[in-house]
Amino acid sequence: MAGADGDDSLYPIAVLIDELRNEDVQLRLNSIKKLSTIALALGVERTRTELLPFLTDTIYDEDEVLLALAEQLGNFTMLVGGPEYVHCLLPPLESLATVEETVVRDKAVESLRKISQEHSPVDLEVHFEPLVKRLASGDWFTSRTSACGLFSVCYPRVSSTVKAEIRQHFRTLCSDDTPMVRRAAASKLGEFAKVLELDYVKSDIISLFTALASDEQDSVRLLAVEACVSIATLLPQEDLETLVMPTLRQAAEDKSWRVRYMVADKFSELQKAVGPEITKNDLVPAFQNLLKDCEAEVRAAAANKVKGKRLNIMLPFIRLIQYTNQHVKSALASVIMGLSTILGKDNTIEHLLPLFLAQLKDECPEVRLNIISNLDCVNEVIGIRQLSQSLLPAIVELAEDAKWRVRLAIIEYMPLLAGQLGVEFFDEKLNTLCMAWLIDHVYAIREAATCNLMKLVEKFGAEWAQNTIVPKVLGMANDPNYLHRMTTLFCINALSEACGQEITTKQMLPVVLKMSNDQVANVRFNVAKSLQKIGPVLDNNALQTEVKPVLEKLASDQDMDVKYFAQEAISVLPLA
Amino acid sequence: MVVRGDSSASAHRAMSSAATTSPSVDKVDGFSRKSVRKAKQKRSQSSSQFRSQDKPIELTPLPLLKDVPAQEQPELFLKKLQQCCTVFDFMDTLSDLKMKEYKRSTLNELVDYVTVSRGYLTEQAYPEVVKMVSHNIFRTLPPSDSNEFDPEEDEPTLEASWPHLQLVYEFFIRFLESQEFQPSIAKKYIDQKFVLQLLELFDSEDPRERDYLKTVLHRIYGKFLGLRAFIRKQINNIFLRFVYETEHFNGVAELLEILGSIINGFALPLKAEHKQFLVKVLIPLHTVRSLSLFHAQLAYCIVQFLEKDPTLTEPVIRGLLKFWPKTCSQKEVMYLGELEEILDVIEPTQFVKIQEPLFKQISRCVSSPHFQVAERALYYWNNEYIMSLIEENSSVILPIMFSSLYRISKEHWNPAIVALVYNVLKAFMEMNSTLFDELTASYKSDRQREKKKEKEREELWKKLEDLELKRGLRSDGIIPT
Repeated sequence: MAGADGDDSLYPIAVLIDELRNEDVQLRLNSIKKLSTIALALGVERTRTELLPFLTDTIYDEDEVLLALAEQLGNFTMLVGGPEYVHCLLPPLESLATVEETVVRDKAVESLRKISQEHSPVDLEVHFEPLVKRLASGDWFTSRTSACGLFSVCYPRVSSTVKAEIRQHFRTLCSDDTPMVRRAAASKLGEFAKVLELDYVKSDIISLFTALASDEQDSVRLLAVEACVSIATLLPQEDLETLVMPTLRQAAEDKSWRVRYMVADKFSELQKAVGPEITKNDLVPAFQNLLKDCEAEVRAAAANKVKGKRLNIMLPFIRLIQYTNQHVKSALASVIMGLSTILGKDNTIEHLLPLFLAQLKDECPEVRLNIISNLDCVNEVIGIRQLSQSLLPAIVELAEDAKWRVRLAIIEYMPLLAGQLGVEFFDEKLNTLCMAWLIDHVYAIREAATCNLMKLVEKFGAEWAQNTIVPKVLGMANDPNYLHRMTTLFCINALSEACGQEITTKQMLPVVLKMSNDQVANVRFNVAKSLQKIGPVLDNNALQTEVKPVLEKLASDQDMDVKYFAQEAISVLPLA
Repeated sequence: MVVRGDSSASAHRAMSSAATTSPSVDKVDGFSRKSVRKAKQKRSQSSSQFRSQDKPIELTPLPLLKDVPAQEQPELFLKKLQQCCTVFDFMDTLSDLKMKEYKRSTLNELVDYVTVSRGYLTEQAYPEVVKMVSHNIFRTLPPSDSNEFDPEEDEPTLEASWPHLQLVYEFFIRFLESQEFQPSIAKKYIDQKFVLQLLELFDSEDPRERDYLKTVLHRIYGKFLGLRAFIRKQINNIFLRFVYETEHFNGVAELLEILGSIINGFALPLKAEHKQFLVKVLIPLHTVRSLSLFHAQLAYCIVQFLEKDPTLTEPVIRGLLKFWPKTCSQKEVMYLGELEEILDVIEPTQFVKIQEPLFKQISRCVSSPHFQVAERALYYWNNEYIMSLIEENSSVILPIMFSSLYRISKEHWNPAIVALVYNVLKAFMEMNSTLFDELTASYKSDRQREKKKEKEREELWKKLEDLELKRGLRSDGIIPT
């Protein structure tokens, strides 16, 4: 890279900096993303002496730009001349680590962590560690929060005096005045413990852990539970009981459900970290309590962990749970379907089928949805027929659920259900539902309903489509509501290929062409889009004699979007 | 060319264009926003009052306060307060019915008692009152019923224990407002820890509870001077966490409402702490997704600040411009509304400082393809005060606005917007016809100059990329250096 300074003078820094200052955010962002190119053009020396000071001094920009900058600087080591000069990158990253926006700050910390590895031990003490100290004692909470993430990367490679200072700083931040900083410290506690000498883990970390675990804010306490996993792994078995367990036991019975939730959620990790003996004596009873917790979220988190546990212990609980709260049932519903593959056919029919049936009739839609969404697991084991009688009422009600996401989920299972239940059952019971979705008031549902029709036609064939679906779809073309009329077009787009040339030409095309006179511009430009879409299915004759004149007419429409899409269709279709 | 999909923007557009051509057809969106089925949904209730209790609760009925001699009343008052510390499980609608009713009537009696009685507030009563209130209201709020709780769409979960809770709040407010209430004694019990727990309750989903909390906190702020700085700092923390960590907190609007009146009472000159609060907390609150839920209160706070100290106008407007929404049109409309409120009170000297970046943004809004955004921005020209400011500075503003306006007058899809733009252009023409003519004449050449600059930029980057490629090859040893 040296030696190539000859052509650098071609690129005066002013021109490049102009780019970085451009008024348009998007252009500014683009230039920042290519910062490495600019640095390359300037060469290592001018990057150090001109570009970096500029970046350090003029940072006041949109967070989007700052984020890109923070990311770029993490990969800049070679561009400033290699590890020897890497500390030049610290000043701009330091200011980025103090900004308000979390994503920018986090990215700056990530880059700092990355380049810390490229510092020599001496540079680390001379340049990097002072930066960490400055951040740790900053005025505004943002810099102190950032500092929390930097202790662990420099600790292992500095002298013991500096180590003592770092430990002191970390201690201070753990009892910081603002909860934001305490949260940051608590979330890095486990990571910091890992780089500390065992004696300090026992003396320093445990006391910090205990303090954070009894913080006044539950958002801090629950992070301590997370740290507990790493800390427990570091300690010898004989110390766990005295140093960690009292705090963990207290967390499992914390007055805030969020903390208990965390214990339930981290259960598998905690179990591994404390070993089988403590698990048996302490954790299993705690887990059973969590399954019976007065707050549903906690029970749900615990129920989610059921899958990994020994079934003979858990089956009684599963039965017990069906009498409790909907959250638990819904969480359980999402995992017990998975159990069927483990249990095999006979056990599934004996133990689980009654539960599935009960849950399909559950009053909470989410429970029913979770069962239906996981039908494929059961299907593999015992086949869906066993469930069909109970499925139907559940499906019908979910199809009209007030939450559109629930409706969406059930639509997505229609093709699977249709395939399993057969065409007769479908026509009789489900067809009306599928058509009703086409006029749902949420666009996403109408869209999914359209896609669903296509999949059904793929399954049941063109003849079925011609008799059952197509007439209804085409009928909507005369609806007074323009959104319904557009739905006809979307359906045609989706169905034409599956229905084949004849149905498309004879039945669909005339309707589309007629709609080109619609009053609403949105319908007209969708006619143009539809023609482009179904064109490949039509024969040449229809294209030339019917499609072409209509598109030409639309291409001179007074609305510019209609024109645009008509012209696009003309250019794409082989109209010659 | 803007290609429109089937987004709501194009639906708006179809609606409005249909409305202009033939009002009878497709006049309104055929789909009602709220589903009719929603009526079937039960109103959900939840409570975290439950503290595991297996045995039924027994309280020994006490005589009514009015039935005992005056000198025995304070003693009986304390006893009743102690009884009311018992908390019932309201999720179980059948348990302890009798005792629940007893507690309710006792609370009612206590409310009346603190309102009308004199001489009841002995020094011993303070800790008991605070204890009773704490026992009842302080609890970990239950988890939200659905993960994606959308306050605009979903019904809030109501607090099941409200029949008692409401009376406790009622009682506490009457207590704080009572003539006999002495902050100097109460401050021993209503301390920082108490306030912290009180503030956490503002996250309650139940709007009725937040409303009471608002009054309670307001009274505490008014009566306990020693807690004021602490309360402000904790609200700071709640907001910062809300903006930068969780984006979830139900009581933002209520807290802002209290802050509105707090700001109103700030002494001049404003302390650095208060200015920092404005710039580092209130302005970033604009970035939150659920802005619509508290925007009115937020804008009120901002305008309060500017009325106190006009020199803050520039940092405030610069802050808004920095966080200007990129993709959310509804938010853009809110920003424009707030900006108009600010402009209504702006001093001409401040206006001059900020006009350039401000009108660059307004020019972008005016040319937004979303007609509601364009329309909102164009409404500024109906505001007489803003018009007078624009007129005074037309030589600066006109060149910034001209090219957008000129282009829209030719290109915008919405006829209503085009009509509005014509009016604005006409106003500019009347204001400064010489400059207007110059700009019209140079419009074409300006566009060409812009295009040329664009091309130069492309070339520069192409050259830079070539260089990078060459260097890359060199360092790979393919081309010898």
